[in-house]
Amino acid sequence: MNKSLKIVVLAKQVPDTRNVGKNAMKEDGTVNRAALPAIFNPEDLNALEQALRLKDRTPGATIHLLTMGPGRAADIIREGLFRGADGGVLLTDRKFAGADTLATSYALSQALRKMQPDIIIAGRQAIDGDTAQVGPQVAEKLNLPQITYAEDITSYDGKEIVVKRRLERGVETVVSSLPVVITVHASAPECRPRHVKQLLKYKHAKTLTETQESGNDYDTELKNVPYLQIPEWGVADVGGNEKEFGLSGSPTKVKKIENIVFQAKEVKKLTASGTDIEALVKELMANHTIG
Amino acid sequence: MNFYTDNTDIQFQLQHPLMRKIVELKEKGFADKGKYDYAPFDVDDALDSYNKVLEVLGEISGEIIAPNAESVDHDGPEVHDGRVKYAAGTQRNHDALVQAGLYGMSLPREYGGLNFSMVPYVMAAEIVSRADAGFANIWGLQDCAETIHEFASKEIQQEFLPRINKGDTCSMDLTEPDAGSDLQAVMLRAEWNAQKNTWLLNGVKRFITNGDAEIKLVLARSEDGTTDARGLSYFVYDKACGGVRVRRIENKLGIKGSPTCELVFANAPAKLIGDRKMGLIKYVMSLMNGARLGVGAQSVGLSEAAYRESVKYAHERAQFGKTIVDFPAVYELLAVIKAKLQASRALLYETTRFVDVYKAYNYIAEDRKLTPEERTESREYQKLADMYTPLLKLLASEYANQNAYDALQIHGGSGFMKEYAVERLYRDARILPIYEGTSQLQVVAAIRGVTTGAYLNHIRQYEKTPVKGEHEQLKKLLIAMTAQYEKAVALVSEKNDTEYIDFHARRLVEMAGHIVVGYLLLLDAQRDSAFEQSAAIYITRGQAWNNERFSFIEHFEPDHLSAYSAMKNVELP
Repeated sequence: MNKSLKIVVLAKQVPDTRNVGKNAMKEDGTVNRAALPAIFNPEDLNALEQALRLKDRTPGATIHLLTMGPGRAADIIREGLFRGADGGVLLTDRKFAGADTLATSYALSQALRKMQPDIIIAGRQAIDGDTAQVGPQVAEKLNLPQITYAEDITSYDGKEIVVKRRLERGVETVVSSLPVVITVHASAPECRPRHVKQLLKYKHAKTLTETQESGNDYDTELKNVPYLQIPEWGVADVGGNEKEFGLSGSPTKVKKIENIVFQAKEVKKLTASGTDIEALVKELMANHTIG
Repeated sequence: MNFYTDNTDIQFQLQHPLMRKIVELKEKGFADKGKYDYAPFDVDDALDSYNKVLEVLGEISGEIIAPNAESVDHDGPEVHDGRVKYAAGTQRNHDALVQAGLYGMSLPREYGGLNFSMVPYVMAAEIVSRADAGFANIWGLQDCAETIHEFASKEIQQEFLPRINKGDTCSMDLTEPDAGSDLQAVMLRAEWNAQKNTWLLNGVKRFITNGDAEIKLVLARSEDGTTDARGLSYFVYDKACGGVRVRRIENKLGIKGSPTCELVFANAPAKLIGDRKMGLIKYVMSLMNGARLGVGAQSVGLSEAAYRESVKYAHERAQFGKTIVDFPAVYELLAVIKAKLQASRALLYETTRFVDVYKAYNYIAEDRKLTPEERTESREYQKLADMYTPLLKLLASEYANQNAYDALQIHGGSGFMKEYAVERLYRDARILPIYEGTSQLQVVAAIRGVTTGAYLNHIRQYEKTPVKGEHEQLKKLLIAMTAQYEKAVALVSEKNDTEYIDFHARRLVEMAGHIVVGYLLLLDAQRDSAFEQSAAIYITRGQAWNNERFSFIEHFEPDHLSAYSAMKNVELP
């Protein structure tokens, strides 16, 4: 290895759709974000864990998080720092707002051109949209190979990376050169807990906007500690074609949202065997019916 | 589930006025600021760090340790080839806590610790215990590091302490087949081997919790030909050196996930801690006080779990057309569980604060001479800590059992079944009044505070604290209880007979305890009205408990004793 490995983890702050209460939806059928806690998208945590494991066994490797969202999405960067990441960038700008997957992947790919990572790791999909499009779109825009449905980065020798993919009917092991985009499946190991020393080290990490808003004595004092600054990048920082960001760059238009009442139409027959029951439980958990 | 953020009573204790002083002493003028990137800048920053770390621990306890508790209880540890293998769930709990950096919380930063004071550390012990009281033993044995830090040489500290944070576990090896409560009878031999330039340990230890730990503190007889405490020294042993084999593990009633080992030492090399002959007299006694605080925390955590299980069940279960919590017989049980829970927690943190202040002064004294005022203060707090620790161990462990019993009763027949967690709590609770000194031994330690008037003096201090108008009535009850207690002490002491005092000792200690804890709840209620109900319940019931004890003592004639002592000669037909 002649240079240190640079990993970027793409992560998204999402409303926690797994614990949906009565007020989760508004009258008009859109998500009531205020009623749902904002969390680290679960598969992005699986992705972060893969990055951390790779860093653990690759001397000199660094991990940076990249997230796009409103100011409070800085929480995602901090959560990453608490678990062992080295830094992160918050993409935040009014001009990014209203982005669908195409405009989101455009903004991310512009930022990634600036960050120049060797490996980009993301969760397979986010629980608010469930599209699984952003990772692959980023790869296409950057013209990089992509490995989706990853479950384990089995090895990295400084040149090539070997990844195990979890497919519908089995596993597949693939080899890729770098740079590469990897999207990680929920069957990958859960993310490690926050490490308390990292937590205490980075608890004061803030974006400039947060520091200005807090008016706290520490924050003024800590403004000059480099590792406590979370950079905020806007359209001007990442460059590119302004029309391709945000709402104007989003061809997706929502026509109508309907409330669906499930009806017993499809019948699935299960035996009393442990395998069938386990498969059903896994299926119900995977589609968030339970769990 | 987060077992810290869902518990406002623990958070309330973190806001106690004395905490600011404790943090300032512990951080020695915030000397580590700038030296370690995770050290706090000032008191508020340190308190915020306590809060944040407990949040992480609360999450691991709620999300990992508690869900594993049932399988850990079922599977238990195993022995293979003289080594212990934890249950799978135990290993997962341990790994998660190591990954989160939650071992060595109270150690100095130079040894990889967080330099936390005792209060947040004991809170962590309480929270882990609520999740799984048996696992709390394995995690809580990091206490041994405190002993190494306090008494061992710098070289030993540097060799062993940094390993705690990395996940090496500890054990304290005291008990032997013929030395249980009476540790003076310890026989395991320690001999200096000049050729190998080390102490060698030979003998057997029994009932050793987590006996296959990487780091062991061993009480052994270093002085040939002696038979009492003065021949015992304290050693540290490194598992990597070999020489210790786990012969078997016990099959127990409760805390089944915690391996209780019988150990064979065969020429096991070890290093001496501190001075020879001071093993039991000084070091084990100090360690024991820490361990008793730990059992206090374990007891409160278990009571919390029992309380929550019974509240849940009483609100779900319907009989005769309504939920059972609507019946006075059930809501009374619940209210008393809650009062005993909050009472034992109040006593736990009061005791811990006393320990915190004097220990912080001890560490400051390593760097500079204490001022005369500081020395006096330190001594006062140490006295209070010594006086409160046995009281805590006694009351909290007994309440944990009463609470587990009542919680199971609320569950009815379901509580007797494995499907509900409460049966495990009931079994796990039973060891609490036994290990680290039985309730009977706590009374032996606490009775001095009764006969010297030390409890009374401190009760008078509490009495001086003003209370809100609406609480005056409760305070009057406590004042009346104090007068009655004084009378009871006089009635017993005037007989001038040690056996007579020993016979009534538990009654007197408990009477003092009910008053002390009544005041603590009343004082908590001054800061937060959430404690008013429990204060009222505990004080009025405490009055009834003390009346019963007083009545027994008042009407007890010295010749009644023979009806009891007749047991000495009893023979079974």
